[in-house]
Amino acid sequence: MDKLLQIQNNEKINRADIPHLPFETFRQQLLECAATGGKVVQFFAYEDEGVSKLLAVMRTDKLYVGGCDAPDSFASLTAESEIFHMFEREIGEQYGLKAEGHPWLKMVRYHSNYNGKKDVFDNNYSQDIPGNYPYFSVEGETVHEVAVGPVHAGIIEPGHFRFQCCGERVFHLEIQLGYQHRGVEKLLQSVPLKRMAIIAETIAGDTTIGHGLCQAQALEALAGLEVDKGAKTVRTIALELERIANHIGDLGALSLDVAFNPPSAYFGRIRGEYLNPTQILGGNRFGRGLVRAGGVTHVMGDEQKKLLRDKLAELTPEVEHVNELIFSAPSVTGRFDNTGKVSKENAEKIGLVGYAGRASGLSYDARVSFPTECYAELPANSNSKTDGDVHSRGMVRREEIMHSTSLINTLLDKMEEAKSYTPQELLQLAPHSFVVSINEGWRGEVSHCILTDAKGEILRYKVKDPSFHNWMGLALSLRDEGISDFPLCNKSFNLSYCGFDL
Amino acid sequence: MLQVIKNRLEQGHRTSKYPKEPINLYKRFRGLPKVDPKCDGALIQRCADACPQDCIDTKNCRIDLGRCVFCGLCETLSGGKFVTFSQNCEMGTASRDDLFTQGDLPALAEHSKKHFKKLFGRSLQLRQISAGGCNACEADTNVLNTPFWDLSRFGIQFVASPRHADGIHVTGPLTKNMRAATITTFEAIPHPKVVIASGACAISGGPFYGSDEIVGDLNSIIPVDLYIPGCPPHPLTTLHALLTYFK
Ligand code: SF4
Ligand code: SF4
Repeated sequence: MDKLLQIQNNEKINRADIPHLPFETFRQQLLECAATGGKVVQFFAYEDEGVSKLLAVMRTDKLYVGGCDAPDSFASLTAESEIFHMFEREIGEQYGLKAEGHPWLKMVRYHSNYNGKKDVFDNNYSQDIPGNYPYFSVEGETVHEVAVGPVHAGIIEPGHFRFQCCGERVFHLEIQLGYQHRGVEKLLQSVPLKRMAIIAETIAGDTTIGHGLCQAQALEALAGLEVDKGAKTVRTIALELERIANHIGDLGALSLDVAFNPPSAYFGRIRGEYLNPTQILGGNRFGRGLVRAGGVTHVMGDEQKKLLRDKLAELTPEVEHVNELIFSAPSVTGRFDNTGKVSKENAEKIGLVGYAGRASGLSYDARVSFPTECYAELPANSNSKTDGDVHSRGMVRREEIMHSTSLINTLLDKMEEAKSYTPQELLQLAPHSFVVSINEGWRGEVSHCILTDAKGEILRYKVKDPSFHNWMGLALSLRDEGISDFPLCNKSFNLSYCGFDL
Repeated sequence: MLQVIKNRLEQGHRTSKYPKEPINLYKRFRGLPKVDPKCDGALIQRCADACPQDCIDTKNCRIDLGRCVFCGLCETLSGGKFVTFSQNCEMGTASRDDLFTQGDLPALAEHSKKHFKKLFGRSLQLRQISAGGCNACEADTNVLNTPFWDLSRFGIQFVASPRHADGIHVTGPLTKNMRAATITTFEAIPHPKVVIASGACAISGGPFYGSDEIVGDLNSIIPVDLYIPGCPPHPLTTLHALLTYFK
C-alpha cells in the first residue's frame, strides 16, 4: 500500500498529488490493502479529457487514495477479493469498462453507460429492466423458485427478489435492483450548483441528513468554507435524531414481523415523535433544507433547545420501556435468535458496514474512525451482542438509540449558538481538486466524492450509500433460512433501494 | 403480560382528534407559501434565479407548488418580503394548473368529481406505487397508519393487491425502470379508479427534473385526479386531501 497517498476525511487534495499508477500496480496495491483487512470506500471510473480513469479510496484505520488510466477491459479484482464485487459491476455499467473474470458480472441499475462505449452486458435498453440478466438458479427435482416484486405488498420501494428454495428452505436469494434509478450521479455532474443540495437530500429520504452532510462537507472543503461550532452542533444533533427515528421505526417493524403488535404500534407513533424535533430544528420532518454548505439554515435558540430537551426527557423512558417489552418477550427473542445469521468471516469478506457490520462483530463506525462535525469530542458506542443474527442487529439499534440520546443531551448542554446563515449563492470550487467525505449515517458509512476540472466545475460526482455494501449481507443472511423469515431478515437490515439505485 | 399492560397504560390513547380539532405545526414548518406580488421586482428575480427548482414564475409572480420542494430559500433570501411560508398544510388540488399559485388554492372539496364521493366516500382502498423518488413520500404516507393518525378510522386503507384497490397513489418521478410496472399495476385495478400523484416527484419530477432516466410527470402517462404537493407532503397534507376530496 506504500504507493497510495494517505489522506484525511474531507481534505481537499490537488488531483496532481494523487498517485497515478500503472493499472497493474494500482490493482496490486488495492489487493494488498484488501488482504490486510482494508475496505473500499470509493472505487469508480470517470472520464477526463476523453480518457477513462479509475480512482479508489481505501480505508484501514486511515484513508488512502490512488488512481490509474483504465484499460477497456481489465483483470477483475473481485476474483481475488469479494469487497470489490459491486464496485466493478458499477464501473462496467457506468463507463463500459469490463472486469474480466468477474464471477458475477451483471447490471446494477440498468441504464446505458455515460460515455457511449459498448455495453458490457450487451443490453441496448430497448427492453424493459432487467434486460440480459442471467438469474442465478439452482437445478434439481425438489428445487423451486419464488419471485417477488418489483411492486411489493406494502408501502415500500420496488425491487425484485428471487429465492431458490427446497421446500421452505432457502438455498440462495438473489436481489435485483435498479427500479429506483433516477440518474442521481449524472444529475449531480451536470446541474447548476444551486440544485445540488436538494438532490443530495433526496438520494435516500431516510438519510436526508447523512447524504446532505456529506455533500455540504465536500463542497465546504472545495470552496474553503469554515463552519462555526454552533452549526456543527446542530448538524450533529440532526444526524443523531435521524438515527434514532429510523432505529425506532425498524424495531417496531421487527416486532410486528414476529406478530407482537403492541410495540409496533407504540414505536410507529414514537418514530414520528422523533421526526418532529427535526422539524423544530429546520422546518421539515426529514431535515430537508437544514444542512447547507457553510452551515445550517436555521440557528438553534433557547426556545428550540428547550423544546428538544423536553421532548427527549418525555420520550426516553417510554422508549426504554417499549424496548424492554420487545427484548424480554421470549416469543420475540425466540424468533430473533439465530435467525438471519451473517458470520463475522462473511461480513468481513463482503465488507458490511454500519449496524449490520457491528452486529457481526466488525466494530467500524465512521464517527469514531474518521470523525467529522462534533464527533471527535463525543464518546463512542460499543455494542454488546455480536452474533450476526436478527437479535444482534436489533440489539445494536436498541443500544444506539440510548447512545445517540445521550450524545444529543451532551451537545445541548454545551451548545454554542450557531451564527446566522447566509445562503451561498455563488460557490466557487477549487479547480483540479479531489475530496472524499465520509459520515456514519444511521445505516452506516455514507460517502460522497467530488473531482473538479480545470475550471473548478464538477468533473465527477460519486455517491455511495451504505446499502451498496449491505444488500449482499441480506442475501447471505437468508442462506439456509426458512423463506417465511425473509421479512424479519429484511427489516433487520432495512436497506435503501433508492440509495442503492441512485 | 404484566409488562404489556404496563406499557399499554403508559401509552394511553394517542389518536388525534383531527379533523374535529386542528393539529398545530411548529412555526418553522413550511406549508402553503404566500407570495407578495407587489414586492420589488429585483428581489423577485433574485429569488427566481436562486430557486433550486426553477419554479418561480417572475412574470405572474407565482410559485409552482408541483415543483417546489419547500426548501425555504426564497423566504430566507427575500427576508419574507416576497414569500412567506404558512403552517397551513392544506394544499391538495384537483388540477395541475391550480398548483401555480400566489398562495390561494381553490377549495378542493368543490372540485371533487361527484361520483368519486358517492363511490369512495365511505370506503377507499388504495394501492401505493413507489416509482423512484427518495422514499420519504412513502415514509410519510406509511405514518398515516400509525395510531396517532389512524387512517382506517376514515375507511381509507392501503391494500396489497391492485385487484382489491379503487385507485393508485403514486410517489416518485416515475423512473424509466418503473414505467412498465406502474402501468401494469394501474391496469390491474378494476374501473372506476382514481389516480393520486403525491409529492413533487410524481407531479413534476421533483428534485430530479430534467433527468433522462425518468418520465417525471405521472399525468403524461396516466391521467391524474388528485395532486398532493410537498417534498414530501406532510401526513396532514395527505390526510386533508384524501378526506376533502373523497368524503
Ligand atoms: S421554497 Fe420552493 S419556490 Fe422557494 S426557493 Fe425553494 S423550491 Fe424555490
Ligand atoms: S417528492 Fe420529495 S420526498 Fe417525495 S419522493 Fe420525491 S424527492 Fe422524495
